[in-house]
Amino acid sequence: MCAASSPVAGRDGLAVLDAEEIRRALTRIAHEILERTHGGDEVILLGIPTRGVPLAHRLAGRVAEFEKLTVPCGSLDVTMHRDDLRLHPARALGRTELPADGVDGKTVVLVDDVLYSGRTVRAALDALNDLGRPRAVQLAVLVDRGHRELPIRADYVGKNLPTSQREIVRVLLCEVDGQDAVMIGEEGSRP
Amino acid sequence: MKRHLISAADLSRADALLILDTAEELAQLADRPIKKLPTLRGRTVVNLFYEDSTRTRISFEAAAKRLSADVINFSAKGSSVGKGESLKDTALTLEAMGADAVVIRHSASGAAHRLAGWVQGSVLNAGDGTHEHPTQALLDAFTIRRRLRGGRGGTGGRAAPPYGGSRGSSPRTNTALDGLRVTIVGDVLHSRVARSNVLLLSTLGAEVTLAAPPTLLPLAVGSWPCAVSYDLDSELPKSDVVMMLRVQQERMTAAYFPSVREYSRRYGLDVARMARLPEHAIVMHPGPMNRGVEIAAEVADSSRSTIVEQVANGVTTRMAVLYLLLGGTEFPAVTQ
Amino acid sequence: MTVGGPATDGQGADPGRWIIRAARVAGYGGPGGEIADILLSGGSIVAIEAGLNHSGARVLDADGLIALPGLVDLHTHLREPGREDAETVETGTAAAALGGYTAVHAMANTEPVADTAGVVEQVWRLGRAAGHCDVQPVGAVTVGLAGVRLAELGTMADSAARVRVFSDDGRCVADPLLMRRALEYVKAFDGVIAQHAQDPRLTEGAQLNEGEMSASLGLAGWPAVAEEAIIARDCLLAAHVGSALHICHVSTAGSVEIIRWAKSKGWPVTAEVTPHHLLLTDELAAGYDPVFKVNPPLRTAADVAELRRALADGTIDCVATDHAPHPVEAKETEWSEAAFGMTGLETALRVVQEAMVDTGLLDWPQIADRMSIRPARIGRLAGQGIPLGAGAPANLTLYDPAAPAEAVVPGASKSRNTPFAGLELPGRVVATFLRGTPTAADGKLA
Repeated sequence: MCAASSPVAGRDGLAVLDAEEIRRALTRIAHEILERTHGGDEVILLGIPTRGVPLAHRLAGRVAEFEKLTVPCGSLDVTMHRDDLRLHPARALGRTELPADGVDGKTVVLVDDVLYSGRTVRAALDALNDLGRPRAVQLAVLVDRGHRELPIRADYVGKNLPTSQREIVRVLLCEVDGQDAVMIGEEGSRP
Repeated sequence: MKRHLISAADLSRADALLILDTAEELAQLADRPIKKLPTLRGRTVVNLFYEDSTRTRISFEAAAKRLSADVINFSAKGSSVGKGESLKDTALTLEAMGADAVVIRHSASGAAHRLAGWVQGSVLNAGDGTHEHPTQALLDAFTIRRRLRGGRGGTGGRAAPPYGGSRGSSPRTNTALDGLRVTIVGDVLHSRVARSNVLLLSTLGAEVTLAAPPTLLPLAVGSWPCAVSYDLDSELPKSDVVMMLRVQQERMTAAYFPSVREYSRRYGLDVARMARLPEHAIVMHPGPMNRGVEIAAEVADSSRSTIVEQVANGVTTRMAVLYLLLGGTEFPAVTQ
Repeated sequence: MTVGGPATDGQGADPGRWIIRAARVAGYGGPGGEIADILLSGGSIVAIEAGLNHSGARVLDADGLIALPGLVDLHTHLREPGREDAETVETGTAAAALGGYTAVHAMANTEPVADTAGVVEQVWRLGRAAGHCDVQPVGAVTVGLAGVRLAELGTMADSAARVRVFSDDGRCVADPLLMRRALEYVKAFDGVIAQHAQDPRLTEGAQLNEGEMSASLGLAGWPAVAEEAIIARDCLLAAHVGSALHICHVSTAGSVEIIRWAKSKGWPVTAEVTPHHLLLTDELAAGYDPVFKVNPPLRTAADVAELRRALADGTIDCVATDHAPHPVEAKETEWSEAAFGMTGLETALRVVQEAMVDTGLLDWPQIADRMSIRPARIGRLAGQGIPLGAGAPANLTLYDPAAPAEAVVPGASKSRNTPFAGLELPGRVVATFLRGTPTAADGKLA
């Protein structure tokens, strides 16, 4: 874990969660997952690249601390299943790595940083569908910023963040960005 | 990436790595129960094969279908006025059918270039005369990378698992072929595989040497980004990869070499020559092979040989190319 | 600039009399040519002088224009008889007139081949009927261009067509013995053999100059030596038997060197170069557009530079278009299936201006020499290629070198296979006169 550093307000927008708050949110989510899955029975965590992946690994780490339980962890890239492919040039694919036992019969907890329109999660459900047949699929997100366009909801939410559609929400994580923070900025500020 | 893939020279190093890394991800599909992705649903890919080539056509067909594209196979006998419908007329027909991409194999160098001027969709060169075969070079590079640059954080050289599937392990993303020494052996003059490989392998940082009799090398080969040797034996101990090209028997009557026997003796990869390779070195062949001419049967069937996995890797690499060409924005006004 | 119109003194103009006012007459007066009026009457030039009286003559204001003796093309394919889908004598000579030509030599590779008096006389008559320029048929060297047996060269020479130039152009007279015999035979009637230098064995299936381009494009190479070896051989043969040899469409620096050497020995060798070989290189083949496919092929920049020098110093005697029209379907295909050849009559002078005059290599009197005087001499053509002067036939071309550069557009030729399509070239042919009558004016047939 990197040393907590204060995000720069102004140019980066406003910090609505700092490193400490993120840590507490993840701890709470880890406990909630254990509660609602009968102690993590047959659970696997799949992070959606990019930042869902380190979040999934952190959650797995928390669970291991509390329960001495190893929860299998992996990543699920959803690029090929997106519904907005034709609006942009073809993107590079993220890594898909499934735990050795696959997803059949498991409770898959998808992990992502921000839940917004819900389309990414829909794509993840489609991708998951082609990989096998989980017993159940749940969703954990660090931030839910509202404005759903599909009937999708998260089972575990780090923070509910009402936003306007003009605003941009950025999650920064040490593993990717060198610091932990959740930032809100106006459109036109650095994305 | 540009709108067409006609020559390996169309690909920058970044483009080539993007294709290889994408193919790495798509390779996992082969191990899944559902070997399909919805990405190119609703797109139409036309296979326009003027030359008989079941292998390559099936490879492209499988690649397109795994991405849920519709595939139309258009086989045309002959290639010009007097022998059948002209290439231009065929192109106009495909336009009318709304082909998003045309995969063309043709016996005339430059056919893919000409087609690109007549269709709105993407053109994928599956081999035009003696000019280029860029997806072959891509699958060759993918194979080399897996075999010799595999392993995350490692330097490669892992032992290959037993037969089947796409062999080798997953390299780090953005790993190229820097420093690898590749020797391409055979009829370079008439080989589109050689041209594409020289371009792509050197773009990816490999050192390429062509080994052939002088009659089978273009006169201007000195301007190519590779070395040249007339002596295969001196190149073998230094090669990480030996790529054998098919030699056609017809070349003998045109006085390119005196006899098949002499050619085999001087440039064939037999068991004795294979023993002179470094232990980690691999043997490749784009197929189809002339067993006993450019490559001995035992060599083709040895564990060094990548010939079987090249076929599987072909589907994966072509999926990556199709995705990157067609998986994004439509091309109303994209410039090449 | 206007052509024709009533004489300004109000009297009825004699249609056979013309005053060309204030032209810069190449070769008249000082080296650059001086401004003068040219009086034409009865098919001849009556006088060249400043300030001529123009009464009774139609007036052509030639202010700013160069006056050249009518251009003579030693090498044109009119395609008739047999390939009228590509060109006819009518359309080809119309294109010639628009290009400033008053005479063209029609090559023999028609269908049937022009290897008998009958065919050459037919072509000759078609030329006279069309009336746009003089058509001088070229006779084949061998029957059917097959390179096996001599054609009836003497009969063709004696025919109404009065053939003097013989060529199997399109094919090479490859058999050295046959070439020797042909050279010897034509001495009897002051004929000249024009060789298309291309060793057939070295160029089987060849598509493009053998070099870096052909290697990277995967097109079978056409080595320079295939041209040079034949030229060397034929120069030696011509010297040995003491007969006139003309080399068609020289395309390589090596060929130039050999011709220079042959001329230095005083041997009876002449040579021509096409406009496209003075301007274009094999790099244009990169897009595989067969409009750039030609025999001999486009070569390298070094060859182009040497060819220009050679035309400038006279080692190459003249420009000849090798105008080779082809129908669309012969060019709109894969490179290896496409026909060889480019049109050239209408763009020749503009290309030569771009390559030779605007680069300072030749001045206009020298252009007159390379594009009119010498070709007529090599072709043994009476009444053409005569320097402008009193008493000369009124064959002349008026050209505006200062016309703004304009893109090349389709013209009178039936075919569209010009490599210069859309290219901006300087200059404009303003009028062409054939024995005192305008055949082209202002970009249209007259």
